[in-house]
Amino acid sequence: MRSKRGWFAFPYVIWMALFVVVPIIIMAVYAFTAADPATGAAQATLGNFTGMGLYLSVFLRSFWLAVLATLVCLLIGYPVSYWMAKEGPRFQRLAMALIMLPMWMNFLLRTYSWMSILENNGLLNQLFRAAGLLDLLGVDHLQMIGTPGAVVLGMVYNYLPFMILPIYSVIVKLDGSLVEAARDLGADGVRVFRKVIFPLSLPGILSGVTMVFVPSVSTFAISNLLGGGNQMMLGDLIELQFLGGAYNPHLGAAISMVMMVIVVVCMVVMNHFGEGEEQAVML
Amino acid sequence: MSKELIRLRDCVMSYGDEVVLDHINLYINDKEFLTLLGPSGCGKTTTLRIIGGFLLPTAGDVLFDGVRINDVPPHQRTVNTVFQRYALFPHLNVFENVAFGLRIPKADSSGRKAKLPERVIHDRVMEMLETVNLKGFEKRPVSALSGGQQQRVAIARALVNRPRVLLLDEPLGALDMRLRKDMQNELKRIQQEMEITFIYVTHDQEEALAMSDTVVVMDGGRIQQIGTPEDIYNEPQNAFVADFIGESNIIDGIMRSDGVVEIFNRKFQCLDKGFAKDEPVDVVIRPEDVDIVDEAAGQLKGTVTSVTFKGVHYDTIVDFYGFKWLIQTTDYCPVDSRIGIKIDPDGIHVMKKSQYSGLFGDYSSYSEEYEELDVVEDESGDGEESGSREGGHEE
Repeated sequence: MRSKRGWFAFPYVIWMALFVVVPIIIMAVYAFTAADPATGAAQATLGNFTGMGLYLSVFLRSFWLAVLATLVCLLIGYPVSYWMAKEGPRFQRLAMALIMLPMWMNFLLRTYSWMSILENNGLLNQLFRAAGLLDLLGVDHLQMIGTPGAVVLGMVYNYLPFMILPIYSVIVKLDGSLVEAARDLGADGVRVFRKVIFPLSLPGILSGVTMVFVPSVSTFAISNLLGGGNQMMLGDLIELQFLGGAYNPHLGAAISMVMMVIVVVCMVVMNHFGEGEEQAVML
Repeated sequence: MSKELIRLRDCVMSYGDEVVLDHINLYINDKEFLTLLGPSGCGKTTTLRIIGGFLLPTAGDVLFDGVRINDVPPHQRTVNTVFQRYALFPHLNVFENVAFGLRIPKADSSGRKAKLPERVIHDRVMEMLETVNLKGFEKRPVSALSGGQQQRVAIARALVNRPRVLLLDEPLGALDMRLRKDMQNELKRIQQEMEITFIYVTHDQEEALAMSDTVVVMDGGRIQQIGTPEDIYNEPQNAFVADFIGESNIIDGIMRSDGVVEIFNRKFQCLDKGFAKDEPVDVVIRPEDVDIVDEAAGQLKGTVTSVTFKGVHYDTIVDFYGFKWLIQTTDYCPVDSRIGIKIDPDGIHVMKKSQYSGLFGDYSSYSEEYEELDVVEDESGDGEESGSREGGHEE
């Protein structure tokens, strides 16, 4: 019986093999080879990795901006989730729809909209000008596009729902009698939150952080469009190696591999921290 | 024992048109074991939550030691609760669950907030774990405990704070029969050892009778009777109490004069006085207070319709003039035999007519109910059966 049922998983296994495992192998092959300048034939080398120090600033910026975006998402997302979970079911449905609404629009479209808002002659600057704010400051425009802040804003805007949803679903399932028990034992509101609600929502926070950090660190369109080319991140760097002028798929593959390893390490570390909590929620 | 600790004065709880508590007046003495007993929806848990501070009564006062505490939030009351589903903190181990209340800085007499030293916390938690027989479990996660053990942790977590009053909301409801009996004894022992007031909510009449100093029988948001377990059982105030507590035959009667009540057109001696002449009354006769005698010598004569062997006694259903009685006797009477019965004057309890009069039928459906409940524990069957019988007149 058991082995028979196993067959139903077969399409998925094939899919995984074809489109996940095989590409990773191809990527690894590319990463550990380089084209011979003379003949153009591939030969094994570690040069792709040793030469990567050149791009250290891109690595650092990627991680810094991704950490920043994740943090901002958490700071905005947690209170929103908490508040949503405390409200009635009708409000919850409405809030959920509003949070999901931007996701129904194309990702690039959303990012282009932010461009037109943040541009030197964009909506915000026009607004400031009309309000006399720019004259007051004695400047022609506020530089928003092309700054790290714009990139972080773009990432927060796009990835915030991924932070809210897991945290919300954990808090909404939290047993109200635990809060009552803590109050009964003498805890005031702040303490109930610190000692009961927050620790019990950690699994939601962990998955929210993962779901925001991973796409943030590998993002490329957002940094490209809102960073105005000044804020190159890993995703842009990789794109450049495959599609851009710096055409070097071997280097691109090597960077992708390093990034993958770092992300996997991050997730393992986080899951390790979350292990105890995960069990707690299952109770 | 006699000092009053908590008083509910005219407490009303209503949600819109629905009245959950209807003018509850109740006082609870210090160091007393008081049980709020009633079917589900009778308002007993609401009463408990008002005392705990989780609900604000729509009207009326809650007094603690003579001081009105309506507006005191739960975390400032010297009352602790054992919740129905324990509500243990899943992210903390046994020790930390019990220590939760102790770790909260408490204002001392001068109003300064001070933390207990870690050593004191440790000693008090360990002492409490020993009291509830959980020594050696302190490092376990609460998810690794059985229901009974979780229950003990919940009790220890509440008691370690040395509350004046412990509130228990059906704490044994989720445990199996055997464990429940053990925990009843244990709770009673802890209550007596620690000299703390226990307010206990249950729908299990046997539990209430076995543990309490005082039983408060509730139904429909009203208190039906307050008294010692003996009072409640022996002198029920109305048909509801008589039916809910134990088994009873409830018969229409007429009070002919002091000490004489007429049932089925026959006069019986009783001990009750003070009714108007010819006042219609409810008469309660407990199944064990009926003696079976020869038909000729009986005050009433009837036909046996069913007999069930219950171990110590037989449950015998006897048809008297179309009304079926339950009689519990050690004498075996075969089905279809004609018998007579005698009832001593102290076996007859006369009650004033109430809204519950006539709601509890005879025992004509009793034997079938027993067959259905055969597999189930009959104690729990009893409670539920009374609950559903009473359900009809809540509207």
